Amino acid sequence: MKSSTHTVDGVEVIKLEGKITIGSGDSQLREVITNALNQGHNNLLLDMGGVTTIDSSGIGELVGSYTTVANRGGKLKLLHLPAKLNELLHVTQLITVFEVYENEPEAIKSF
Amino acid sequence: MERGESERIEITISSRFENIELVQVIAEHLCENAGVDEDGSHWVGMAVREAVANAIKHGNKLDIRKKVNATFDLRGSELEITVSDEGAGFDPANVSDPLNPQNLMKTSGRGIFYMKTFMDRVDYSFHPNGGTSLVMTKNLAAQQGIAKSS
Repeated sequence: MKSSTHTVDGVEVIKLEGKITIGSGDSQLREVITNALNQGHNNLLLDMGGVTTIDSSGIGELVGSYTTVANRGGKLKLLHLPAKLNELLHVTQLITVFEVYENEPEAIKSF
Repeated sequence: MERGESERIEITISSRFENIELVQVIAEHLCENAGVDEDGSHWVGMAVREAVANAIKHGNKLDIRKKVNATFDLRGSELEITVSDEGAGFDPANVSDPLNPQNLMKTSGRGIFYMKTFMDRVDYSFHPNGGTSLVMTKNLAAQQGIAKSS
């Protein structure tokens, strides 16, 4: 998994690319979130548009990240959900947990 | 592959996460060769990924000396996938429901749920001398990807 970041109006936009799967991308996602929080960014927007594969471990890391950020008083939201990730969140009812956006400016405005 | 033919593929891997994709790719190619569309093949591959990941992590406890065996039996449109490990087994009754509101925010426990969502049937058997076999079946002729869960 690769990631890149940029900050817009105090929101850290983290673009994720590649696989978020057991044994690789899942732990990398945790590191990316931890780094952002340690740098003082509490409002995170994860751009998932470049994620090619995600499994239950990756979904678990997303849930864990959401909780970690919330416990810091911040918010974690999702941008550009690929169709298959959207379906995985729907069947596990996690779609009710995450705020999901298709448009970055609209997502930034929501924080 | 023509409908009605049979096909059997078997692969044995050591318990490394990087081997999961090898098994997943076989599942997806087998489905595509049987005429299943890209989405349907993906979901079967995802179920296999979850099964192999569980076998490596929870069954073989990441012990690379222990093997995970996967067999794919395609008879007509009926695909049967067996994933076996060398672990101590577990009690399926203790597997929690990830849709229970109390479990919604847990960071684990969705693998078996996804397998059951994407496949028609998921069964376990536990061998007296150790090892767990998970058997998943899917009627590829009737497959509708993830739609059966909605």
